This record gives sequence, structure tokens and C-alpha cells, in this order.
Amino acid sequence: MSNKSFRQAINEALAQEMRRDPAVIVMGEDNAGGLGAPGEDDAWGGVLGVTKGLMPEFGRERVLDTPISESAFIGAAVGAAATGLRPVAELMFVDFMGVCFDQIFNQAGKFKYMFGGKAVTPLVVRTMFGAGFRAASQHSQCLYPIFTHIPGLKVVIPSSPYEAKGLMIQAIRDDDPVIFLEHKVMYDDEEEVPDEPYTIPFGEANLTREGGDVTIVAFGRMVQFSNQVADKLEKEGISCTVVDPRTTSPLDTDTILECVADTGRLVVVDEANPRCNMATDISALVAQEAFGALKAPIKMVTPPHTPVPFSPQLEDLYIPTPEKIEAAVRAVAGA
Amino acid sequence: MTKIHPVVMPKWGLAMAEGTVVEWHIVEGSEVGAGDDLLDIETTKITNVVESSHAGLLRRQVAAEGATLPVGALLAVMAEAEVPDAEIDAFIADFNANFEVAAAEAEATAPEPQIIDAGGVAINLLRMGKADGPPIVLIHGFGGDLNNWMFNQPMLAERHSVYALDLPGHGRSSKDVGAGDLTMLSTTLLAALDTLGIEAAHLAGHSLGGAISMQAALDNPARAASLTLVASAGLGPDIDMDYIEGFVRAGRRKEMKQVLQALFADPGLVSRDMVEELLKYKRLDGVDRALTAISGAVFAGGRQTGVLGHRLHELGIPMQVIWGAEDQIIPAAHAREVPATVKAHVLQGAGHMVHMEKAGEVNALIEDLIAR
Repeated sequence: MSNKSFRQAINEALAQEMRRDPAVIVMGEDNAGGLGAPGEDDAWGGVLGVTKGLMPEFGRERVLDTPISESAFIGAAVGAAATGLRPVAELMFVDFMGVCFDQIFNQAGKFKYMFGGKAVTPLVVRTMFGAGFRAASQHSQCLYPIFTHIPGLKVVIPSSPYEAKGLMIQAIRDDDPVIFLEHKVMYDDEEEVPDEPYTIPFGEANLTREGGDVTIVAFGRMVQFSNQVADKLEKEGISCTVVDPRTTSPLDTDTILECVADTGRLVVVDEANPRCNMATDISALVAQEAFGALKAPIKMVTPPHTPVPFSPQLEDLYIPTPEKIEAAVRAVAGA
Repeated sequence: MTKIHPVVMPKWGLAMAEGTVVEWHIVEGSEVGAGDDLLDIETTKITNVVESSHAGLLRRQVAAEGATLPVGALLAVMAEAEVPDAEIDAFIADFNANFEVAAAEAEATAPEPQIIDAGGVAINLLRMGKADGPPIVLIHGFGGDLNNWMFNQPMLAERHSVYALDLPGHGRSSKDVGAGDLTMLSTTLLAALDTLGIEAAHLAGHSLGGAISMQAALDNPARAASLTLVASAGLGPDIDMDYIEGFVRAGRRKEMKQVLQALFADPGLVSRDMVEELLKYKRLDGVDRALTAISGAVFAGGRQTGVLGHRLHELGIPMQVIWGAEDQIIPAAHAREVPATVKAHVLQGAGHMVHMEKAGEVNALIEDLIAR
């Protein structure tokens, strides 16, 4: 056990699974880097270095640099998964899903159902998401609600390095297509991560804080902000449960409902666009299944319904912050 | 004792950085006996009592109830009545002025676990204390790890060298357990002693660790200087298989919490951190296989397969059994299944984890046995 970054945790998960199972391959733009060019091999490891070091160990046969053509290589990954490999394909930014979405939602997500349960598609699409990187509106979106909308896809949002490693190994061993979303400002976060391989099951929420007054449900980076708020308010006598569902599909509705039954108050924090996102989905769930338990109206903390601004000042205003979460928690706690 | 004695925030387990004062049991100005309960401390993992290691007068409560303080911080000051108040004030000021430096030093020299080769099996262990004489070796039970001794190892280490190890299949040791039977586990224990250059040790085993200690001592009597069996397996056939199977099966937080509550007389001791730590362990590759193998070998058919208590008369060493009266996993009645030369202690208000729930009493019993 040692401190590892979010980036190292995912890299270690990939390396350990590639050692364990020769069917596991990785592919994506510059996943090694240097293909066909003079100069350094393994120059990049993907745009933020997550796959660096895999090519020297596993070779170019299993670490593939692809053309800048998501429609082609995501399609190739889907086909490889359907015919016996376990590809982990890197879609550099989730914002690029538009050009390869048919391959994901109409092909990969449907095979099991269309072929009478006889086809498996053990594909992982790793992809970066989220604002705060000064990367403007085409490289900063969340978009996980769109994948969550599609039956047949599993959707994973790790909130820390420990979570990232265990969820990635689970994703690779899962026989269904998995969309694995990595928040781009979290790659240098560090915490203790076991050296051995381990798996975290899908559809099981983690309670990162436990308290009796307010339930906060949050995803990815928003879990960290919610933990900060819970720790601060605990000292003032407002105790919060923070629920990290880990996966939006499957969603651990039981745990969310149990926590709301205990606290009677709900704040959902979602960095995705506010219409038809996880916050509205979970609010609807609770309103339908646990209305009688609610002591206050549900609060949603989300960005405004607008593209992510390029202006740093506006981008900072756009992202849900600990201050906005705190205000929402205080509002429901006082009600 | 020196004239002035500080009571400081203890360090329970490698991960503990701070604790919160829940409640004082002694009012300022009272006489305190060695072993008396001073105050309750809550960590993210567990709440436990701090006992006084000295007899004397509790002159000053420095830490207020509700205060959260780092490990090593000053909680109280004990001193004889003749020590003037001004001297106590000066002691407190001095302690606090030097605290940051002292805490950094303690952090830098804190014992670290290490992995050794025990007959081809990688075994993780933690050493505390540096005394001469045979060391104490602490062996946890099924599904546990060396942190189960967090309330025992640091205290025993004040006067002894104390090793706590992770059994094969557990903690950070190798998850390869072979046949997973008592022979494999006790052979590995003896191999670990070989690697460490320990000729004879005071063995203290909890639950399955007790049966392993007995097996090791019976196979190699010269290696055991004394034997403390805590809520031990190996003394009778009964075992709560609902617990064993529930523990092996539990993958979810709620399930695991329910299973763990059976270990304690006070189920409120099972915290979110304790549950989370065990789930983290159970998620590791190979753990499920290891636990299934061990359980299949030592609890085959829902009965303990290795009953050794009737052979204890073969050993001419000090021996004792310690049990929690409210043990739900292995009945406290097994404490009677030993030869008359083995002293049996059944402690009220404790369950299977008697060494956690009644740590002070268990520590004192181990000290007494070793002193014999």
C-alpha cells in the first residue's frame, strides 16, 4: 500500500489486468505515442499520460496508437470486444462522443439484447470529462447523463484514486460495455491505494460521510466538495450523509432511499447540465418513492443551462462549488 | 513515577492521526489507581477507554470533552499533591511548546509494518517495543489482521518486544493459503519466527489464531514461552457458522455491518471505518478464495476440525484462556475445556473481540502470565 495518484491508480489497474489476461488491450490517440515517427517511443501515454509505460511492457500489439478518428477506432473496439478481446479504448474527451455514439449506443449497448443474450461486449471506454481545466465548451462537458439514458451501457464515475483502481478492474472484467469517466482535474489527487488488484462492485453506493440531518448525493469531483462541506458543517451541528453512487448505471437506488428515509432532507450535486441530469433523475426517484420521508423540498446544485464558458471568471462561476453546496444544505437543514 | 506524568492521546492502529474526547470518568483532583478508566476517546474507527498507566492524583484535565486532538497531544496531568500548581502550569506550557517537534519525531520514528519471507509465504508484520527476553507474538483470528491488536500491542510494547502479524490470506500477507488448514497456518507462523530469529515467544492468539498458536506450540514445544488463548478456536467443536459464512459472503456495507455486530457485546462499536476497512480487504483478489479455503479446512461441516485443548497438558509452560462472557462466535463454555493447570478468565461485558472491548484487563492478564 502506498500513496498513488488518480492517474497512477488507473495505470496500475490497466497494467495488472493486462498481465492477468492476454485478451486485455488498450487503444486510443497517442496511447503510447511515437508510432511511425522518429524520436521517442511511448512519448505520451494518452494526452494526460494515463497509459504511459504500458507499451514498453506489453508492446505495440496490445497498446495501439489510433488515428484521430473516433468513429473508426471506437467502432473497432466494439468489434474487438464482440469477437473475443477486452479492449480499453480511450476517448480523449467525452465531448467527442458525438462522432462515435452510434457505435456505443446502437451497437455495443444493444448486442446482448439483439443476439438473445448470446453475445458479450466486454468493452471499456475511458474518457475525460468535467470543467475547471480552462479547456472551453468543447472539452469540458460531463455528458454522463446521456450514457446513463441508454439501457445496455454501464456508467462509472470514480471519485478518488482508490475508487478509480477498483472500479477500473471491475470494468475490465465486466462482460458489458462500460463508460468510465475520469474527471480531468483529479489526475494528480493522491491517496492510499493497495498494490494488489481489487474490484469494487457496480451498483453499490459508498457513504463517504454518515450523518443524520441531510443526505447529499454527489458524483465524481462533487463528492470531494460535498465531503468538505459535510466536515465543515459537522462542527456546527449539521451532520450530513454523503452518498457517492459510484455508478450512474446501475444506480444504487436502495441506498439513496434508505439515506433519505434516515435524514428526510436531500441535496443532489451534479456537475452535468441541469436538464435531464442525475440530479433530476434522483430527485424524481426520491419524490416518487420517499415523498413521505421528506421534511424539506429537495435542492439541486448544478451549473446553469449553458455551455461551459471559456472565460476563467465565468467558468469558476459555472461550476458547483463547496459554497453553493453549503448554502443548499443550510437551506434544507433550516427548513 | 516521576513527579509529573502526562496523559497523552494514544495511537490506536497505524491509521489513527487524531481522536475526540468523548467523556471524562475521573474528576480533576481525584486519586487514580493504575488501570483505572480515565476517559473515553473516539476515533473514526472505534470508541475506547484510556486507562491510567500510573497510580496518582489527577491534577489537571487539559483536554475538554468534545475536543479533537492529534495523537500524542496532552490530555491530562498527573502529579503528587505536593507539586505546586505553578509547576503544573509550567509543565503544560512546556509540553505544548515542544509538542510539534515531539510529534514530528514520534511520527518519523513510528513503527512501520514490514513484509518478511516465512517459508516461501510473504508475511506482513509490525514490531513494537525493544525489550530483551522472549518477545510477545500476537496472532489474529479468521478474517482479522494485525490491527485487531491496536489496543494491546502499543501497551504491551512499553515493557516487551511485541510482534503482530497478518496470517496468510489476511491483511497484507500473501493470499495464497495452500490447503488453508491448521498445519499450513502454524507452519507459516513457525517459519516467520525462524526468519525473525526468535527462538521462543510468548504466543497470544485470538480465535483461529489461538488454535494456530496451540498447534505451533504442540508441534514445537521449545518455541512457546507461554500461551494466551483469547476466545480461542481449538478448544471445542462449536462455532457460529452463520458468522463465518456471513463474513465470507458479505460484499455490501450493510451486510458487513450486521455480520460484524455479532463480534462485540456492544454492537455500537462497529463503525463506518471498520466496515469500510474490511470491505477493502475483502475486495482484494484472492481473499475470497483464501477465506473459503481456510473456512473449508478448519470449520468443515460447520464444526471445528482441530480440537487440541485436551493436549495442552503436554506443554509445561504458563498458559491461560481469556473469554468474553457474551461471545456469540465461540461459546465461552469452551473456556472450561482445558486442563486444570490452565487458568481460565471469563470477562463480563465483552463479546468475541474481548481483547478490544476489555483491552486493559486482557493486557494485564498477558503481563501477569509472562511475569510468572
